[in-house]
Order: sequence, then structure tokens, then C-alpha cells
Amino acid sequence: MNDGSAMDSSKTLLYVSAPPHIRQTESVPTIMLSVIIALVPGLVASGVYFGIHALMLVAASVASTVGTEAALCQLFKKPLSVGDFSSVVTGLLLAFMLPPGLPFWMAAAGGVFAVAVVKMPFGGLGGNLVNPALAARAFLMVSFPAAMSSFVQPAHGTLFGMPRGLDGVTAATPLVYFKNAMASGNYHPLDLQDAVTGLFLGTTGGCLGATSGLAVLLGAIFLLYRGIARFKIPLSFLGSVFILNWIFNGTGDMFSTEAFVVPLYQILAGGVMLGAFFLAADPVTTPITAIGRVLFGVGCGVITFLLRKFGGHPDGVCWAILLMNFCVPLFDGLGRPKRFGKRKKRE
Amino acid sequence: MFRSLGFRGGIHPPRDKSSTADSPIEKLPPPERLIVPALQHVGPPARIVVKRGDKVRIGQVIAEPSSPESAAIHSPVSGTVLSVGNFPHPRDGRAPAVEMENDGRELFVEMSGIGKPWQDADPLEIVDKILASGIVGMGGAGVPAQLKLMPNSDKPIDTLIINCTECEPLVTADLRLAKEHAEEMLTGALIVKKVLGAKRALIAVDGSPGGAMSSLASACKKPDFSGIETVSLKPKYPQSAEQILIKTLTKRDVRPPKTGADVGCVVHNAATVLAISRAVIQGIPAFERILTVGGPCVRSPKNLLVRTGTPVNAVLHYCETDFTRTKKIVMGGPMRGMAQAELDTPVIKTTYGVFAFESMAPAVLRYNCIGCGRCMRACPMGLLPSHLWKFVDKNKIDDAGRWRIEDCIECGSCAYVCPSKINLVHYMMLGKKRLAAAVRDAVTGEMK
Repeated sequence: MNDGSAMDSSKTLLYVSAPPHIRQTESVPTIMLSVIIALVPGLVASGVYFGIHALMLVAASVASTVGTEAALCQLFKKPLSVGDFSSVVTGLLLAFMLPPGLPFWMAAAGGVFAVAVVKMPFGGLGGNLVNPALAARAFLMVSFPAAMSSFVQPAHGTLFGMPRGLDGVTAATPLVYFKNAMASGNYHPLDLQDAVTGLFLGTTGGCLGATSGLAVLLGAIFLLYRGIARFKIPLSFLGSVFILNWIFNGTGDMFSTEAFVVPLYQILAGGVMLGAFFLAADPVTTPITAIGRVLFGVGCGVITFLLRKFGGHPDGVCWAILLMNFCVPLFDGLGRPKRFGKRKKRE
Repeated sequence: MFRSLGFRGGIHPPRDKSSTADSPIEKLPPPERLIVPALQHVGPPARIVVKRGDKVRIGQVIAEPSSPESAAIHSPVSGTVLSVGNFPHPRDGRAPAVEMENDGRELFVEMSGIGKPWQDADPLEIVDKILASGIVGMGGAGVPAQLKLMPNSDKPIDTLIINCTECEPLVTADLRLAKEHAEEMLTGALIVKKVLGAKRALIAVDGSPGGAMSSLASACKKPDFSGIETVSLKPKYPQSAEQILIKTLTKRDVRPPKTGADVGCVVHNAATVLAISRAVIQGIPAFERILTVGGPCVRSPKNLLVRTGTPVNAVLHYCETDFTRTKKIVMGGPMRGMAQAELDTPVIKTTYGVFAFESMAPAVLRYNCIGCGRCMRACPMGLLPSHLWKFVDKNKIDDAGRWRIEDCIECGSCAYVCPSKINLVHYMMLGKKRLAAAVRDAVTGEMK
């Protein structure tokens, strides 16, 4: 105020900022909360199929990611950033990619790795090059290969010639079975169809959150409805996995029932659904432009297919997305939105 | 006629126009003390021709245009010049201005129109009158009106567009203007059409219910106004940006360095053509304007006819503003207006709204960019604000230029949708200024 009389009733200073002066209510925390809500069906499914141990594994993972982020903020005297809920999402996603029988401390170690090595050194949320949950899973797979590949059969499950497991009995994952069965030629098409149903509902062994395609899909529909997940990456990812497995379905016939069941099976087994809708669609570690996103999804699909077909690990989703995460800068300049106005032809 | 949206991107903020949409325009009593800036347009400030102690009357010229991009300033009240100096300015922080004391006698200088029916007047005669009346684009841009009335002979104008879309939330000034002064405004449109030699005149109107469409459409039915066509547009922000309006109405493309004249179109704001009509027919220069006062802290929001130079304090007091809750005062609209630091800041010819907010949005709490792409999808100009702001932040001005930062029209759609609450428009403005400075330096460097 240049002459004290101008503002009579108050000495409050006025705020000055660049426009606009109204903002949408959607913010980073509301987005992260929506992702958490979208993961609830998967959480329920893993509780139903794998029991209390699975839920405690989730708790261990989330506690370690959130705790690590809080501790690091404190240590480096940064403003506390756990309020954006992104570390909760990381913890949940990491737990969803773990086998249900994993010891708690391993999950916690993964959570610490995700936040302390992958996320915070790059500046926290938005700065990380690769998805922290995926990187932590890769870290666990390399560090504890045995524990990470021993799967528990769901309490109610059995299909595809796998032993009707009891809780606590380790069983091979469907992808291992599939690979062996395909290699030996010792399978029946009807088994495959049953297996697809089992995978969709979640009665087949697998990782916590990836076990039921239906649960993942419910969450994904919610995210698509909220406009948080965009359809380009999931669709191109799932589409390329489907098409490649349809063409190279192993039977030599592209139009038998089997030729369509095999790719369906490939989409539902392992982490493809979870990967496509939640991990590969993480905005921080994916390209921003439309063309970039489609290429990113296709890249994930192709690498997943190649790793499953020829790789040493039964499931390639984790590695595929991680590899594509590193390629994001390559897509940066591709498919920039069209400039306002028509393109003039050069005279 | 109901046209499609016609442009990609854009946003749908809550419009909140109901609190003032039905409030008739009231006259704000001119205050005792006014600050009349010599800068109420784009371009350099006008040259002040009065000095301390001078007695002036309403409509008297107190500053003359200093260049073709400058416009004359007329006294909004009768009274005495208290001082000439630098005073708060709604856009530029500080600017040369005339501080005046109102004697309350409301004495006018002699004012007269062009002295004959405008239909018979020579276009140059009309343009001279408009130039002398200091009329500028009143939709916020402030381009002196005559610059958009004298087409280059190799760029003939065939379409005149009158912008009455008012896509800013909360603002209802043009809506009330169209309802209460439809015929005067349409006359103004016909005058401009004649001056430009345009084949057609389109009035772009906000087509939402309760909009100005019905009153304008019925006015257009009169035989006098048969040459004018109303076009109803679905509300979408920023529909009223010049390039976007031209694209929607004519499908012609105006890329930022070009102007509407390059594709045969001229866009004038509804308030501008009303001012033109009054200047040409009655000889009233631009010393008052209609604006909307509102926002969460204003107890009785209104549409007001305000003299230029009226401090924002007087405007807000008249509308019973709760100053204890007010944290931010915005002149212009909520999307594009400028936040003010001082209550002395005067209303100028381009101020279409005054708003008092209790929140200090854009939020103080800010998150990192998560690369969600909402800004890209909201941008009507096809830019990538998420990349541009990082270039500006890291002072990589060359990169910002390569990614076409100069195309930005500063509409604020990107910042509105940003979930990380980044002040994207701030970075765009800063980046454009730095880019212009870099280009200037490069040119002077070459000359040396």
C-alpha cells in the first residue's frame, strides 16, 4: 500500500502470482489415491486366495517404502513428501509382484531398494528413470532367485494338470507349466481353456496381485474411467502380446480354437495384465506423446514375448518394462502434437 | 446455427456466471481520487499533456499517442490534476499516470460525433474519429482499434468477427452488454464492417442457456442489422482467443506470427464495437467501461460501468468486499487476469473484471511433474508445456524456442489442469521474454 489509508480493515498482504487463479481439484495425491483404490480388488483377491500371510507381505512392503521415504526426507532435510501417497503405490505394486510365500524381510528389503536406490536419489517422485517397484522386483529376483520363484498354490485352486495344492505347498507358476507343456507337446487344448478361466479368476498360482486377471481389470476400468490410466499403452502392450502369441502359437495353425486360447493364456498368466495397466502406464517412466506411448507399449509387448519364448526366466514382463523405461528419452521427440493450424506446403 | 467446438485441446472450468448473469449494469459513482495511467494499450505509454494543477473536464485529452501502437487517453472526470508520476498499473507493475482529484461537477468537454449519418461518412473520417477517441481492444489485449481498421491493400478483409463469447469463468460484462446494448453494439459492428469493406459480419456468442444468444438473435432480425449473422458456440475455454475463434468460424488457420488479417479476418471484441459506435455517433471517447466484480470474497457481485482510473479499492468497496478474507485481487478474469499487489491499482480500458479470492491459488503446495500429459492434451496450440517449463527452468532458451514456446497464447489451460500445480503460465511468460531478449541480443550482436 503506498498510502496507509487504502486498505482500511486489514493489514493482510495480498498474494501475487501468474495466472490462472483457479485450478482443477485433481492433484498428485488424488491421482495416487485413485491408483490405490484401483489396487484394492487385487488386494482382496490375494487375501482370499493366499490368506493372511499375503496381506502381511503387502503391509511389510508398504511400510518399508513409506518408512524409507520419510527417513530419507528427514536425513536430507527435505520437505516430507510421503503425503503424495506415491510411495504407498510403489509398496503396493511391489508386493503385488511378489510370490505369496516370500519372507517379510525380503519384501521390506525390496521396498527399501525401490525408494532409497531407484526413487529418491533421482529427486523423488517424477525424477526416477525406471519404475521403482519394477526395479525392486528385479533386484529381488537377482538377489533371491530361489525364494522369488517358489510359488504357493492358491488354497482353492487346481487346473492344467497341476497338483491340487494345499496352502504352503510350492507349485510351479502357470508360465513354467506352459513352457514345459509346450516343449513336450504333452497337453490337451481343453486344459488350456480351463487354465484361462482359472487365471482370469485367480485360482491359479502366481504373484499376489497378478493372480486374478479379473481383479486387475476391475481396477483398470476404474482408472480408465477416472481418466488417470490412458488406453494407449495397455492396449498396445496387451495387443502386441496377443498378436505375437497368436501368430507364433506353437501349433502351426492360426485359426484353431487353440490358436486363440494360447495368446489369451499368455495375456492372463504372469504379470502382463498388472504390468500393462499399472506398471507400464506409470506416467513418470513413460513417454508423453501419443505415438511415443504406442511404441512404448508395443516395445513392452515384443520384449515380453521374446523373453517368454527364448529367455531363461518364465516371465519377462518385469524386464520388458524396465528395458523400455530406459528407452523413454528416445521417444521424447517423436509424435509431438501438431502445431495449431494446417501445415503449409513448401512452395 | 450451432457450430462445433472447432479446436483441439481446451478445458471446461466451472463457469460460475450465475451470480452476475442477471445483474443489470450499474453505474459506479466516480471516486474522489483517480489514477489514470498513460498506458492502457499495447505499445508504449501515451505522452502526458497535462501538468500538476491543471483543471480538466470529462473527455479532455490528457495524454496523446506517442506512436502508432499507442492510444490517446481522455480524462474520466472533471477536476484537478494532483500529480503526474509513476503509479501502480494492473499489467506492468508501475507505469506513468495522472493522479486526479474529482470535483464531482461532471463537466464535459464538448463532444460530437462525425456530424453526419455514419452510412454517408468516408471510412477514413470514421477511423480518424476512432483514433481520436482512444479506443483500444477492450477484451484484454488493448490493441488500438484503428490498427485493426486499416487493412493493408494487399490483404483484403472479407470477414469481420465480433467476439461476444466471453469464455472466462465468472465474467458476465459482455453478456450484460449484449443484453442491454444490443442495438448500439450491432451498429458498431456495421460501422466497422463498412470501414473494413468486409463482405460479412459474424457475431460469435456463447451458446449456453441464459447466454446473450436470444437478445442478439432477435436484434439481428431487424432490417437495419440484416448484414450481421449470429453464431452460437458451445462453451469451451479458450474459445475467444483470436486464432481459435477464426479457426472455429471460418476454418482458416492463423499461426501465431501471423494475424487475422493474413487470412482476411478481423476480430473485434463486443465492448470495443460498442465503444466505436458511441465514439462515431455521439463522440464519446473511451473513458469508461463495463466490468464484472465478483469472486468468493465479494458479498454483492455486480456488473458495473466504471470510469477508467478508478482504484480497484473503490470498485471492491462498492460491491461490499470482505477484505479480511481477501488474499488475492485479480484484474481481468480468473484464467488470464493479473493478481494485484496494491489496492490503488486503477481500472484501465482493458479491465473486464475485478475479482477477490480468498485462496492464494495457484497452490503454494507444489509437486514434481509426473509427466501425465494433461497439459499437452489441454493445450489448444499443440505445445508440450511439460517440456517447455523444464527448459525455461533450466534456462535452456534455445530448446524452448525449438519447441515453439512463442506459439503459446498464455491461456492457462495447462496450468489449470496440472495435478502437480506447477505455475506453467509463469514459465511460459518468462520463457517468451527470455527468448525475445536472446533474439534481440543476437541481432544487436550481429550489427556490432
